[in-house]
Amino acid sequence: MTEAMRVGRGSLARRAIGRGAVVWRMDWLLLGAVLALSVVGTLLVWSSTRTWSSIEPTAMAKKHVINLLIGLALYSAVAVSDYRWLRTYAPVLYAVALLGLVLVLTPMGSTINGHHSWIMVGGGFAVQPDELAKPVLVLMLARLLARPSERDKDRPRALNVALCIALTGVAAGLIMLEPDLGTTMVLATITGAIIVLSGVRKRWVVAGILLAAAAGAAVWSLGLLKPYQVARFTALLDPSTDPRGVGYNSRQALVAIGSGELFGKGLFHGGQTTGRFVPEQHTDFIFTVAGEELGFVGSVAVVALLGVILLRGARIARMCNDRFSALVAGGIVAWLAFQTLVNVGMTIGIMPITGVPLPFVSYGGTATFANMTAVAVLQAIHLRSRPFSS
Amino acid sequence: MTRLRGRLIVLQVMVIAMIVVLVVRLWQVQVVQGSRFVTVATETRTREVRVPALRGAILDSSGRPLVRNRTTLVVSVDRGRLERMPDGGDAVLRRLSGVLKVPLPKLKMEIRACGPGVSRPCWPGSPYTPIPVATNVNPRAALQILERQEDFPGVTADIQAMRDYPNGRDAAQLLGYLQPVTQSELEKREGLKANYSGVDLTGRDGLERTYDAALRGTAGLRAVQVDRMGKVITVDQQSDPVPGDVLVTSIDAKVQRIVEKSLDQAMQEIPNSDGAAGVVLDVKTGRVIAMASRPNYDPRVWTGGITEKDYRRLLSDKSGKPLVSRAIAGEYAPGSTFKISSASAMIADGEPLHGTYQCPGAYTVEGRSYPNAGGMSLGAISLHEALVKSCDTVFYKSGYEEWLRDGGKTPKSKVKEPMPNMAKAYGFGRRTGIDLPGESPGRIPTRAWKRDLYNSTRAEMCRRAKIGYPEMKNESRAAFAKRLANENCLEGMIFHAYEAVNLSIGQGDVLVTPLQLARAYAALVGDGNVRSPRLGWALMRPDGTLHKEIPVPVEYHLPVSDETRTYIRKALSEVPSDGTAAGAFRGFPLNVVKIGGKTGTAEVYGKEDTSWFASFAPADNPRLVTVVMVAQGGFGASTAAPAVRRIWEGIFGLGKGDNGKPVQPALPDGKPVTRLPAISRDGTQ
Repeated sequence: MTEAMRVGRGSLARRAIGRGAVVWRMDWLLLGAVLALSVVGTLLVWSSTRTWSSIEPTAMAKKHVINLLIGLALYSAVAVSDYRWLRTYAPVLYAVALLGLVLVLTPMGSTINGHHSWIMVGGGFAVQPDELAKPVLVLMLARLLARPSERDKDRPRALNVALCIALTGVAAGLIMLEPDLGTTMVLATITGAIIVLSGVRKRWVVAGILLAAAAGAAVWSLGLLKPYQVARFTALLDPSTDPRGVGYNSRQALVAIGSGELFGKGLFHGGQTTGRFVPEQHTDFIFTVAGEELGFVGSVAVVALLGVILLRGARIARMCNDRFSALVAGGIVAWLAFQTLVNVGMTIGIMPITGVPLPFVSYGGTATFANMTAVAVLQAIHLRSRPFSS
Repeated sequence: MTRLRGRLIVLQVMVIAMIVVLVVRLWQVQVVQGSRFVTVATETRTREVRVPALRGAILDSSGRPLVRNRTTLVVSVDRGRLERMPDGGDAVLRRLSGVLKVPLPKLKMEIRACGPGVSRPCWPGSPYTPIPVATNVNPRAALQILERQEDFPGVTADIQAMRDYPNGRDAAQLLGYLQPVTQSELEKREGLKANYSGVDLTGRDGLERTYDAALRGTAGLRAVQVDRMGKVITVDQQSDPVPGDVLVTSIDAKVQRIVEKSLDQAMQEIPNSDGAAGVVLDVKTGRVIAMASRPNYDPRVWTGGITEKDYRRLLSDKSGKPLVSRAIAGEYAPGSTFKISSASAMIADGEPLHGTYQCPGAYTVEGRSYPNAGGMSLGAISLHEALVKSCDTVFYKSGYEEWLRDGGKTPKSKVKEPMPNMAKAYGFGRRTGIDLPGESPGRIPTRAWKRDLYNSTRAEMCRRAKIGYPEMKNESRAAFAKRLANENCLEGMIFHAYEAVNLSIGQGDVLVTPLQLARAYAALVGDGNVRSPRLGWALMRPDGTLHKEIPVPVEYHLPVSDETRTYIRKALSEVPSDGTAAGAFRGFPLNVVKIGGKTGTAEVYGKEDTSWFASFAPADNPRLVTVVMVAQGGFGASTAAPAVRRIWEGIFGLGKGDNGKPVQPALPDGKPVTRLPAISRDGTQ
């Protein structure tokens, strides 16, 4: 820490490129994967939205680039900062996120594409508070569970575990009111992952899994889900049940990806993409564009780049010297991994259809900011957890 | 930290497992099953669109249009697309109803498929073609639909050709009509498995049906890439439609109008008449110059989908079934017009052409007296006078004697039957083979026919002979029918003397169509050839070149000597001046245009007489034959003959128009057009 402070005292240029400066010590593989995915994502957004307007085919791609630039600015700011201030302000961030989620439900909220999860901020940009809730929840839970139990410093305090579940419950409850099943599932996964990582006893883990299964069964059998949400799950099991609605989407996604074959039809040459047979193909179904136009090679490359981010993240987590950093890094990995699994999985017929974006690839400002902040936090942890090579 | 690190390793393993699962599944979807999905993708994305060719026009002999095309904005709905929507397309239809200002229930009725229990309005065509729901749409509404395709998925608006009938109701039955092609017809047709197209119509009746293949042309095919909304993105391949041929008919629109008008007047004079027909034939070629039938209808009711009310009305008995042409499908007893056949048979059977024939007031056969009409008694006359004055008893006697010579009630093994056989030689008793669907054969009773009829009806007749007709309300009719059944049961196989007698003057079981009678007269006064009449004259390509001339087949030559034919023609030439039609032709300038003809008054059981006049002109060198039949019209001389007179006046320009001025002849000197008209590129004159 003292080393870092000393570096920090130097001139701006020395701080940037001098020996032992941030530039040389950061995880380039992680950043490289993020930048590569951003480029691929921009191309895919361009390809999938170029038919929207004949006057300005690049309108959406340009907006996406602006989002990415804002995201990279956020990345830079967070990556070089001492991330531990985030620990201090986590409750404040949590409160702000909750406020956002409440505002969405008031007349200030807007509905876009059937999801009532937006707050318009003017200038054609909108904020999605539930995307912000994901990193904020990671920080909040890591802060609570980082405090070790008095008896065993490898385990969290039972009271804090309960508090975590309660905090998640409040946020998830607000999101279910929008309603957004996908984001709720992401928050539940983040919470479950961080609690397990924090060292609760295995029997509690098993009990928790059983409880979650029972809760799921109860929600299912008591009919708490909306019919279309149920349909998404049944369509996964048998796509022929609802060929017009959900079944149509998953069928068209599969057709688009499958028709890409080994090498794809080439960027901008996907007939299914051009014909917009897959819905939401610049956001939740962007992977179908990769599958059709870039083929097996391209889609595996996208999965591989995401894999690089996740595995670097996991590595950073393992390298941590303190519980908070490790939990934050682990939570971020679990979050992004789950979104990758659900998003790619739903397009290839192994996951139910849920509105979850593909990290770093899908169009969407708030999600991009959240993802960039998340990798920036990973980077910041990385920068401060490694012994300096003096 | 150790436990945390351990669990982070578990997380790392799970991430690796996830990546492996995704990659394996991608391999499965993209590489293993890839080609299958390529096929599916191509199927979802490409559409084959049939582009119907512009249907050829139907012209008269001078190139004037009888049926032509006019363009109209049509809004069509793709039912398949609507059905795939979660609400079954309800929202789209509701919006469409607002834009078109058509009630929603009506729209819904129009797009459902016709079938058992589903009557019009409904869609009788292929379920894969867009269903036209509105024609003559105003351009603003059409533009609204095209510009807001996201609000109107599955709805299109385009310019389509519709049939147009510049002459209104004239010749409605012979022109026929179009109806949407059914899926099975479409599949049978060209082997094109196109799943949707513009409205594809097929000829259902009349010339439209007979010449459907030529008029229709060859549909084009467009393979297009469409997006999810069905909007065309690119055209992959395109074969242009080849417009259909133009059908030039031998119909003369002016003569047709004259005949239609004359029939209208006859129908006005005889309000009780349930049908009438007029035929004008070209004697030299056997082509049809005009043909009309009453009741008629306006063919425009078919354009743009017929309404339930109109459709029911067209098919109902109450309206008199106006779709049926009496000229070719109406079977009526010909009465005395049939005597040309009987006279020919008498001469061919050996009776003297220039001999004397007895014309008593009545002729008695087997104790039953058969009188002349009006009790006319002329004594010893020539066959000439027998025809001019239409003396029935002359023909009764010959008919009866011929019957006796064949063995009477106990026929010889080989019968001559001169009169029935001559009738058949004139073309009665079988279809003329005209280029129209739905023709009736008529009937000529013979001994063989009687035997066949008996064999097929004996069981029923004998049953009725026992039980009678208790379901009939009119007691005297029921009693008569029972007596008839009894008679038929006992001796129905016997060809009776009265049948031979009735046949000789075109009564009894003799039935002919007006067209049959016209072509028999044309054979008699022409070159003696019995022809199969034709309406179609030539098929011209849309660029005006001749594709194919339609020949008029000669069936065979009449077994009547030229001397006999001339004799009969000369006799009939005096009918309008000195014979039965003298009254009808009083004041007609026969010195300018000599007319020949024969009246017919046929008795119909339970109805008024059928009025006939079969006529030809100019009498010395006949160019045209005109036949008019008015059902329940009374005497031939009083209804049909005046109707024919009006037609001749029009054709030769003899009368005075509605404005009192002399009218131009429709066909100067009665000469039909002999050269095919020149037509321009757009298929009009």
